[in-house]
Amino acid sequence: MTTPVLRVQDLHVHYRTAAGPVKAVNGVSFDLAPGERLGLVGESGSGKTTMALALMRMLEQPARIEGGRVLLDGVDLLALSEEQMRRIRFDRLSMVPQGAMNSLNPVMRIRDQMIEIFNAHGRHPDKAERRERIGHLLERVGLKRDVADRYPHELSGGMKQRVCIAMAIALRPQVIIADEPTSALDVVVQRQVMETLGAVQKDLNAAVILVGHDMGLMAQFADRIGVMYAGRLVELAPVRQIFSAPQHPYTQMLIASIPSLEEKRLFKGIPGVAPSLLNPPSGCPFHPRCPAAFAPCPTINPALEETDAGRWVACHLHSEAVLHDSRA
Amino acid sequence: MSFQYLVRRTGTFLLVIVLAVSVNFLIPRLIPGDPIEDRLTQLSATSSGGASIDIAATAAAYRERFGLDKSLVEQYLNYWWDILHLDFGYSLANYPETVGASISAALPWTLGLVGTSTLIAFVIGSLLGGLLAWPRVPRALRGFIPLLMVISAIPYFLLGIILIYVLVIVARAFPAGGAYTFGSTLRFDLNGIADVLRHATLPAASIILAGIGSWALSMRGMMISVLGEDFIKLAHAKGLKQRRIFLWYGMRNSLLPQLTSLALVLGYVVSGSILVEVIFSYPGIGYKLYQAIQSKDYFVVQGIVLILVVSIGFALYVMDLIYPLIDPRIRYQQA
Repeated sequence: MTTPVLRVQDLHVHYRTAAGPVKAVNGVSFDLAPGERLGLVGESGSGKTTMALALMRMLEQPARIEGGRVLLDGVDLLALSEEQMRRIRFDRLSMVPQGAMNSLNPVMRIRDQMIEIFNAHGRHPDKAERRERIGHLLERVGLKRDVADRYPHELSGGMKQRVCIAMAIALRPQVIIADEPTSALDVVVQRQVMETLGAVQKDLNAAVILVGHDMGLMAQFADRIGVMYAGRLVELAPVRQIFSAPQHPYTQMLIASIPSLEEKRLFKGIPGVAPSLLNPPSGCPFHPRCPAAFAPCPTINPALEETDAGRWVACHLHSEAVLHDSRA
Repeated sequence: MSFQYLVRRTGTFLLVIVLAVSVNFLIPRLIPGDPIEDRLTQLSATSSGGASIDIAATAAAYRERFGLDKSLVEQYLNYWWDILHLDFGYSLANYPETVGASISAALPWTLGLVGTSTLIAFVIGSLLGGLLAWPRVPRALRGFIPLLMVISAIPYFLLGIILIYVLVIVARAFPAGGAYTFGSTLRFDLNGIADVLRHATLPAASIILAGIGSWALSMRGMMISVLGEDFIKLAHAKGLKQRRIFLWYGMRNSLLPQLTSLALVLGYVVSGSILVEVIFSYPGIGYKLYQAIQSKDYFVVQGIVLILVVSIGFALYVMDLIYPLIDPRIRYQQA
């Protein structure tokens, strides 16, 4: 395997509340290869967005990164000064935002909002060159060059999100984090925007972390999928295997809940509600909702282990050691 | 800016003026009684010796002199004619001074004092309010918030009285009133300007202090909601510098509603800051209006009210015209 461009190691993010720390991200680790497309799925409140923001170091009070490392090309982002981090944002680690409708400054022309990216990172000081680059970027995401002279309110939602993608690739970053980039768009535009994102990602050979809960979108876009539950990564596997043979009971139920066109059956959900992150259940956080829970589940929290090559799961059902112990 | 927009806004402005002038014409004429007869009765009653004058005959003469014997329509047209020639009639209290002369003597003082201090209060207040909402500002600054609430709750004239007590009576640092040293003639040299500034300091301070609080609080509220917007998050993600995000994303968007209030307040500047001008006996429009009301100088009151309405209308008109330049979203709106 090639050297990963981004390594996340045992990341912990807590929201400090009066009632105690809310552990929104609780020991997440994964590697991201150059050019890879990783999908992160999970219910609302499973910590996906918090983790995406933590990678950019954009969390605001009361959220705080309590531990772990985020290595971009071997440099720990969490150890950098605020100014060093600012230089890395968008330059090497960029982001396509969640709310396409309101992500652009309403009182500035698109051109000025793109120029300021170059200025903030000391790129393209030459005016003509800058103009050319902006025109090129807009064409690359399927927009006309003159969009640069428009204000955001003169663009449709899909166009705005394309502008956001053009901005995100402006400095040729190594990693792009896309946090539900299409949640505000209708299905047709969603597809077009995702295709655009996919195309520019391939050109740049940038790695993408796509955060969302739309399993269909994930299946089309991602190479690998990570499933998050209660602030932890419970399964991480290539997209085909996640859909064909999910290992974690939560993933299995998640896949089973997707309506199917071939099969006529009752719509299935996952019974119960997502656990409180303030007082998570003891042992495996999924055990109260898990149909397959057995002896060790309420007491021991399973670690994320590699079961087959490239397949990682955090479940006692698949953990050799625990299975062996409980049978003995 | 589209031509249609310009025409529409100009039309609205002219309509406001016509209505204001008409109302200003009608209201005094709706008051029961005859101002001339009242005045004459008053004069004959107070004049010693009771010199007998034929009130009815004199009143008729005056009515003819002022054109009050004509029909309402004719009077209305005459009123327009006079106004278009900037003729607001004579001051009753200081006859034969004209209302026009009376107002134009007071207006520069008011514009200088109230206008400047309103602008200063706006700039300082908005900046302070923006900073108070900015998360990366030292905590100590937040201590200002309750202080601002208290200051904005104190009426500015009360603030003026406190300032007079502390800085004039106790510290003897500033003159108690007037626009320049009494008895001196106004000169445009260094000493003259310094003297005017010294006299303006306290009234300006009371207006500014009282204004800062409310400007800062409303700005802070706007800024907090703007800072919650998605484009602020993206601005951080872009790696922009804090100062740029604060000014171009935060302040720039929070200022829009503030500017509408500023236009309104600037329109009111023409009426002066009545209580401040009275407390500091500052020879501005507010003081003039106060005196005119005291001496029942109807024509002066009428003239000032008319100028006030017109200038508020004008301020909003100008605001409407420059708003599309400040907020591009307004440009094509059909309102």
